[in-house]
Amino acid sequence: MLKFKQYYRVKSLEEAYELNQKKSNVVLGGMLWLKLQRRTVGGVIDLSDLGLDQIMETEEAFTIGAMVSLRDLEQHEGLRAYLGEALHESLRHIVGVQFRNVATVGGSIFGRFGFSDVLTLFLALDAKVKFYHAGEMPLSVYASAAPLDKELKNDILEAVILPKHVEAVAYRSVRNSETDFPVLTCCAAKVNGVYRVSVGARPMRAAYTADLTDMLKDGITPETAAAFGKWVSEQFATGSNVRASADYRKKMIAVLTKRNVMELAETEKAVHAQTAAVQTKGGQA
Amino acid sequence: MELKFTLNEVPRVVEISADTLLLDLLRSMKCYSVKRGCETGNCGLCTVFVDERPVLSCSTLAARVEGRSVVTLEGLREEAEEYGAYIADEGAEQCGFCNPGLMMNAIALYRENPEATDDEIKEYLAGNLCRCSGYEGQLRGIRSYLEFKKGEVRHE
Ligand SMILES: Cc1cc2nc3c(=O)[nH]c(=O)nc-3n(C[C@H](O)[C@H](O)[C@H](O)COP(=O)(O)OP(=O)(O)OC[C@H]3O[C@@H](n4cnc5c(N)ncnc54)[C@H](O)[C@@H]3O)c2cc1C
Ligand code: FES
Ligand code: FES
Repeated sequence: MLKFKQYYRVKSLEEAYELNQKKSNVVLGGMLWLKLQRRTVGGVIDLSDLGLDQIMETEEAFTIGAMVSLRDLEQHEGLRAYLGEALHESLRHIVGVQFRNVATVGGSIFGRFGFSDVLTLFLALDAKVKFYHAGEMPLSVYASAAPLDKELKNDILEAVILPKHVEAVAYRSVRNSETDFPVLTCCAAKVNGVYRVSVGARPMRAAYTADLTDMLKDGITPETAAAFGKWVSEQFATGSNVRASADYRKKMIAVLTKRNVMELAETEKAVHAQTAAVQTKGGQA
Repeated sequence: MELKFTLNEVPRVVEISADTLLLDLLRSMKCYSVKRGCETGNCGLCTVFVDERPVLSCSTLAARVEGRSVVTLEGLREEAEEYGAYIADEGAEQCGFCNPGLMMNAIALYRENPEATDDEIKEYLAGNLCRCSGYEGQLRGIRSYLEFKKGEVRHE
């Protein structure tokens, strides 16, 4: 149980940042993870009044405030239209609706949890993170920093930025039982013409690889997808824990990647068909 | 610290510690329908509405409901009785400990998606664990409750 004497409901990011420079204070996201810790801290910093619970969409990007709940993320119409079923698939297994109404995007990303579905999704999509002090950086840079330097540790995550460069995305995870932590998370996306695959719950923190093989350049078939899946599985270290063995995880990386990549091919086909239909219609007119 | 909020439509002002959890506050205010289950965010027994959204009170800081509206099953008597009859009819309740949390979430489901399919019901209620029932009776009960509510709307 997290114990503390002070509750700071801050009025500005600057105030939050100043308070967070004190080692004894912690920033609150949804508090679901923090709450499980048995420790006493000086105070907690609540960002609820800073308007960070909004998702903004422009021509170029989605800006997802750190205090957006996972449920609001899952239900956002613009994001659903943009990311299709992958968005829902990456979030729907996270415990339950009441849980996702409380858990935040900021807490999920800042925490860099090994098991995180959310981190896996945004890594494949080549998202960026925006900190109050450190400014913007690729999520891949933040996620791979080990360990976090003091500056980032004491910074405030303002938002996750998703540039609109995603052409297709597919998400899959394996769980031993519904709503449990995942055994493996896997996301494949085509971003700016490049295939990217992220894998989390290895059980180590999610990491990504871009396609360096050209295996998919002449088209995605069951054979090229399987070969690519095998190549991807060789790019990631895996480990064993109570949920699964390192070997099992390796095999599953290949399987999930193959399936994800086949799904990307379907999406691309549908988009081409749509574009062709629009062009034909335009030509007729 | 002082906390002002609305509990089951009644404005309340209470003294809390900075780290009081909503679950503890509500039980201290005699809302005994709010159950203490896992306290790790997994079981859904502690579900209440904050501004009409179902949340886990075991993982919500009481200070965060300042100025907001909290509803527990005590504030939803009529709906709870209606729904409870369908659950009882299906023999879905055994020890009954999970039931208040399940009812809160089933009511939230109805309000959000009255036309829910079986898959949608299962997904919406995935965060409500029950150690006795095996879930099948609950699913039947919820299905009948949604059907009954549809009929009610049709007859209005
Ligand atoms: C029982 C349980 C099961 C779970 N299962 C899954 C699962 O299957 N898949 C999955 O992806 N996730 C899972 N999670 C993780 C969950 O989805 C959240 O990612 C996690 O709870 C953190 O989010 P939070 O909003 O609760 O953050 P908190 O617990 O409040 O914070 C987490 C960390 O981030 C810091 N922090 C929060 N917000 C900010 C900010 N804006 N700036 C700087 N620092 C910040 C906090 O100080 C803390 O160190 C699970 C968690 C629990 C408790
Ligand atoms: S007691 Fe809150 S989720 Fe179990
Ligand atoms: S009826 Fe006993 S826990 Fe659900």
